[in-house]
This record gives sequence, structure tokens and C-alpha cells, in this order.
Amino acid sequence: MKPQALIAGVHEFPERKTGKSMLEIQALSARAALEDAGLGKKDVDGYFTVAANPGIGPLPIVDYLNLNPKYIDGTTIGGSSFVAHVNHAAAAIAEGRCRVALITYGSTSRSSGVAVGTRERISGDYLDQFEALYGTSTVGLYAMVARRHMHEYGTTSEQLAEIAVATRRHASLNPLALYRDPITVKDVLASPMISAPLHLLDCCVITDGGGALVVVHPDLARDLKKPPVRLLGSAEAIAHTSGGRRDFLVSAAAESGPRALAEAGLSPRDVSMAMIYDSFTITVLVTLEDLGFCKKGQGGAFVSGGRIALGGELPINTDGGGLSSNHPGMRGIFLVVEAVKQLRGECGERQVKDCRVALVHGTGGALGNRHSGVTLILGRS
Amino acid sequence: MAEYAKPLPEVTAESKPFWDACARHEFRVQTCRACGAVQYYPRGVCAACWSAEVEWKPSAGRGRVYTFTVTHRTQARGFRDELPYVLAWIELDEGVQVMSNIVGVEPAKVAIGMPVRVTFEDVKDGLSIPKFTAA
Repeated sequence: MKPQALIAGVHEFPERKTGKSMLEIQALSARAALEDAGLGKKDVDGYFTVAANPGIGPLPIVDYLNLNPKYIDGTTIGGSSFVAHVNHAAAAIAEGRCRVALITYGSTSRSSGVAVGTRERISGDYLDQFEALYGTSTVGLYAMVARRHMHEYGTTSEQLAEIAVATRRHASLNPLALYRDPITVKDVLASPMISAPLHLLDCCVITDGGGALVVVHPDLARDLKKPPVRLLGSAEAIAHTSGGRRDFLVSAAAESGPRALAEAGLSPRDVSMAMIYDSFTITVLVTLEDLGFCKKGQGGAFVSGGRIALGGELPINTDGGGLSSNHPGMRGIFLVVEAVKQLRGECGERQVKDCRVALVHGTGGALGNRHSGVTLILGRS
Repeated sequence: MAEYAKPLPEVTAESKPFWDACARHEFRVQTCRACGAVQYYPRGVCAACWSAEVEWKPSAGRGRVYTFTVTHRTQARGFRDELPYVLAWIELDEGVQVMSNIVGVEPAKVAIGMPVRVTFEDVKDGLSIPKFTAA
């Protein structure tokens, strides 16, 4: 049996707009996450981050941090990348390739004025000539999935808005969240239409930010400062255009979710809270269906009536999510940070009572053409 | 011809037969000689079986709107001056999906299931971009 990796330290960079560089953000976050774990720079022997620099990936940041890792991973599959890094770190640890894996992220999207959702979506590859010619944006790709969901299942804008409202309520309990004033379904529907049927308040915020995670070998459990969180199950998948025949209402979560739960030996009913990537409200709705929290097509009813808010059956995105708290372009790392804090009971006013099992699901790329899905099942010690 | 301010395709040897056909206002999909699969977007191998024996097949360019979005805000070149516009996935009668714009129709009139046909926007000599309009 493989050794079960532990998440020993986490940190979310507290600022939402900063004068610091993406490298500085990562260095400060790395130090804080290692402190949180009770470990130090010298203990790090595995390093994971996204390829911010095409072609050379993590080289500049490894140089900047002055690290000498034995194991390096620059997997870049969109906003879910850092969730995948946890899965990859666990595999590397199980194989004996490293014992203390550091995962970092830093971005200055807000201060650099990057219009993450509405800018022209060009990847610079062969596929652009068939997709990027048509005013294709990230929000447009998700909006097409929302429109199709409404057509197939009668999902409404009001139901999508429920997700934004619950998430803002959670943000109001997080002092670090970008937006903390409560909103109503009416406010969401009255906000400007960006790409129909998605309104401004159906879309995530744009922030600066970053963070770090420390994943370690279970042998280190006694050396850690806090009770570590156990990785009970993990899985990843990619959904894409499939040669031109794709059901765009089924996301990669339909593959990764059941596999991760099976590895943990758990079912959706065992999950105390979930951190679901919320680039847009529709992302959450489709993901909850695909993870098996409700039947396909029932997502609209599921997210209504406070079920996904604190005190509800399945509280999600208790930090205020990408919709209200923090989304510097790739949010996956914050999903893990909040899930770990919830399992440790460190969330104060927004603490989920008796939080035993947290599910994290990262979505990277776009539901409307191709994306990655990575699911983690985390348990407290 | 007014200058076309929207993004242009970077045509490669692999995609040139597709774009050459578009220039003649002919839409093409591909079929696999090995397994018979029909595919779009075009590529050098069959997406189903990876055979390199894919052949070009003329398509009537007819199908239905699979899904769409009316975009009201964007930074995309050319499009930001023509709001709102319609981005869509079209399902061709051959069963494959094509991403494009729905043009020549009031955005408010576009609906899922609406019959559409291909139309070509002539951009410059030897380059026409496939878009779709009400059939």
C-alpha cells in the first residue's frame, strides 16, 4: 500500500492588490506555508508550480527561491494546476522521489490590468485557427455551457445567481475577501450582461494573489507544527472537443470525482464541505452534478434554498470563492488552502461544524471547449 | 473590401487544404479511410484511431445551433467594435461540432436548434472565413 501523503502547511497571500512581484508573492507564501508546517527552506526537496514562462517553466522561480529540489513538476493545465500538483506530489512522495514537496503560485493580474475573462482567448497553437477567430473569450465559452444547460434542463439565471449570493455571504465572513457586501439574486440579474446568460456577478473577480502548499511524507507527521490533513483520494481527467462530438454539459469532474471518491472509499454523502472551482456560477453547478452531489440536470434545484451556504447540507466555497474573494487567474491553490483550514477548524466565523471530510475540485481551461478536472478528497487526522 | 480587424488564421501545411477550400467557398470536414470516422476540426490524423489516412470531404455546411452566447462585453480585436455578436457551437448534419459566429441574424432571434448554413466572409485574396447564418 502506498504511503498516504499529508498536507502539512498552507498559506494564502493576504493582499488582493499588491505592489509586489509574482516572484516575491511566491517567496513570501512559501516561507509562510513552511512556517505553518513547522518546516523550513532546507527541508524542501520537491518543487511544483505552473509554467508561467513558456518553454522553461519553473526555472526562474526555482532560481529566485534558491532551491535545489530533487523532484520538479511544472504541470500547467489551467486553474486546477495546483490541485494536480498535490496529486503529483503525493505520487512522487509515494515513490520515494521526495519527502517535502513545496507548491507555489503568484500572480499580479489585477495590478497589471489583465481582463482575464473577456480578453481574446488565443493560445498560440494550431487550434486557434478554428476557434480564436470568432471573438472567443473565457466567459463566452462558459456562457455557451450555461445556455445549453438552460435549454436541456430548464436551469434559470435565478438558480445560477443563488450560487453567487451564497458565495458572497461566505465572503462577508472572510476579512481578506475582495467583496464583502451582501448581494441578492436581484442584484446578480441586474448586473451588466457580459456574455449571455452570464452577468457580471456570475463571473469571478480579478485579483493579485498567490499562495503555497506543503505536502509531506507521512513519516514526518510527528515533526509538524499542526495536525496534518490526510490526502484520502485524488484523480484527474481532461475533457475536450473529442474529434467534434462532445456533450458539453458533462465536465471532467464526471471522471475524476468518482475515481477520487472510490480511492478514498467514500461517497458524496460523506463529504462535510466542498471547495468547487468557481470561475463562473455555471462552473459550480455543472461540477456539483458531475461529482454526484445531485443528478445531472438537477443542479439548479440543488444550489437553491441555502443548501450550499454555511449551515446548509453541503457548504461550498466558504472563503468567498473566486466569485467574491480571490481569483488571480488560477485559483486552484486557494481551494486546497481553505479545505485544509476547515479540516483543522481554523476558520472562525465561517467554520463548518464537525468538518471531517473536504472535497476539492479544480477546473482549468474552459468548460466550453477543453478543460482539466482534478479532485482531491481530504480528511482530518 | 473594408479592412478586417478581427483575428486571422495562421494557416499551416496541415490546415492549408481546409483554408484553400474556404477561399473557394467550400466547407470541408475529414473522414478516416481506416475507421470511417468523420471529424472536425481538421488535423493530420484521425482523432478516433490515429490513422494518417484521413481524407477531405466537402460538406454542405448545414446543421443546427448546438449552443451559443450573445456577447456584450469583450476585449477581442474587431469584435469589441461590433457588440453584441453571437459565438456558437454548430452541430453539422455530419454530426460534428464547429465553433463559429452566427451572422446576418438579430442576436435576439438566435436559438438552440435553429437550422443554419455556412457562409463565407472574404477577408483578402485567398482567405475567407467560415461563419454561419440562418438556413
